[in-house]
Amino acid sequence: MATKEEIVSGLADIVNEIAGIPAEDVQLDKSFTDDLDVDSLSMVEVVVAAEEQFGVKIPDDDVKNLKTVGDAVDYILNAQVA
Amino acid sequence: MSPTNRTVVVTGIGATTPLGGDSASTWEALLAGRSGVRPLEQDWAAELPVRIAAQIAVEPGTVIPRPQARKLDRSAQFALIAAREAWADAGFTAPAGEDPSVDPNRLGTVMASGIGGLTTLLAQYDILLQQGFRKVSPHTVPMLMPNSPAANVSIDVNARAGAHTPVSACASGAEAIGYGIEMIRTGRADVVVAGGTEAVIHPLPIAAFGNMMAMSKNNDDPHGASRPYDTGRDGFVMGEGAGVVILESVEHARARGARIYCEAVGQGVSSDAHHITQPEPTGRGIAAALQHLLDTSDVKPAEIVHVNAHATSTPQGDVAEIKALRQIFGDDVDHMAVSATKSMTGHLLGGAGGIESVSTVLALHRRLAPPTINLAEQDPEADADIVTDKPRPLPEGTIVALNDSFGFGGHNVVLAFRSVD
Repeated sequence: MATKEEIVSGLADIVNEIAGIPAEDVQLDKSFTDDLDVDSLSMVEVVVAAEEQFGVKIPDDDVKNLKTVGDAVDYILNAQVA
Repeated sequence: MSPTNRTVVVTGIGATTPLGGDSASTWEALLAGRSGVRPLEQDWAAELPVRIAAQIAVEPGTVIPRPQARKLDRSAQFALIAAREAWADAGFTAPAGEDPSVDPNRLGTVMASGIGGLTTLLAQYDILLQQGFRKVSPHTVPMLMPNSPAANVSIDVNARAGAHTPVSACASGAEAIGYGIEMIRTGRADVVVAGGTEAVIHPLPIAAFGNMMAMSKNNDDPHGASRPYDTGRDGFVMGEGAGVVILESVEHARARGARIYCEAVGQGVSSDAHHITQPEPTGRGIAAALQHLLDTSDVKPAEIVHVNAHATSTPQGDVAEIKALRQIFGDDVDHMAVSATKSMTGHLLGGAGGIESVSTVLALHRRLAPPTINLAEQDPEADADIVTDKPRPLPEGTIVALNDSFGFGGHNVVLAFRSVD
């Protein structure tokens, strides 16, 4: 089970890989679309990479609720428990 | 001049080719007679009967930042690089959409490829089979669709008068430029970014073209493999890259004080209606395109001094084109310096009309016809004055040059450019 800090760090690396945003700019309050240059298609890439890295499932219907990095971190934390 | 018959000029050029990462380095290599053909050293090429290709000189990944590049098929990457060069060369400033000297609603793009995002399709199919559907990139569709280069260039320069993609195999790039000329001539746009791109150096198309007996198997002599008009020619060599021109109404170009390379006079178009891949052997279809050019423009055979021939180095095609030139222009062919630049660039398929138009524009502007390399023994059936060995000076005064492009399916497009004083 990854800790909150590990999930933030892992997501930062994924966003860096996909959108080219410096990892240190990927903070909990940042919006994927507005701040991190992750459009709806690239968000699918982020989700698939996160699923693989953290061993969770993020159904398509839930992806639209993941607006900020914090939303994604909380979702992954809960999904790991479930 | 009526709004439906406006004069069109070329004000910018851009290219990324097997000879160089821009139009200047490509032109320098063309004049120097350098071959861009190299051995295919990838593992997948080892068992193929064809193991040579004219691969891009400057990898697009070194020019376009990775986050953008990974969402673009290689053909769209080439198109973007060439279009950005042409845009800057025309004197427009970046960011393009904010340039006050062109109205986005009067700016169009026409970018063609013969085959589209094939390598994206094949790579994603490999992922589907090996890793499952979930790993297929969500960018796959916008990467593989053939209109992707036109659409991406339209976004890049903020062109809102239309983004188009004519597809006619190896005539696609020329057809795109012809379409752009018509957009301006008929008043739909004042400026059009037009050209062709192709990126299909991959084992599947190489195997397929090879099995059609269309490609040179001269693996031991890459530089000598593409030899248009030579009696030893045995097929084309695949190339990759893009060439783009900025077309503009002469009024618009003059109003903003743009440098004018030449006039884009018009096009002649026809279809063979003969065979899906074989050229019509008498050159009848090509002749019809040449006649169409004469019928629909003010071009006179006496003023044509240079032809950038389609000449792909196939046994039948090279000769059919020369026969057609003789059929329509007769003895006037004798004063036309014919250049087969595919001897150096290889055959860029849908990109060919793009880079060869760039070459033709520069030939007029610099008054120099590039050489045709590897012509050791000229096929007697290719009865024309082929420029060999070194560049040939073109005459003073008002002169016209043609760029021929023909594609599988029997598509024939001839573009005409005229010098400006």
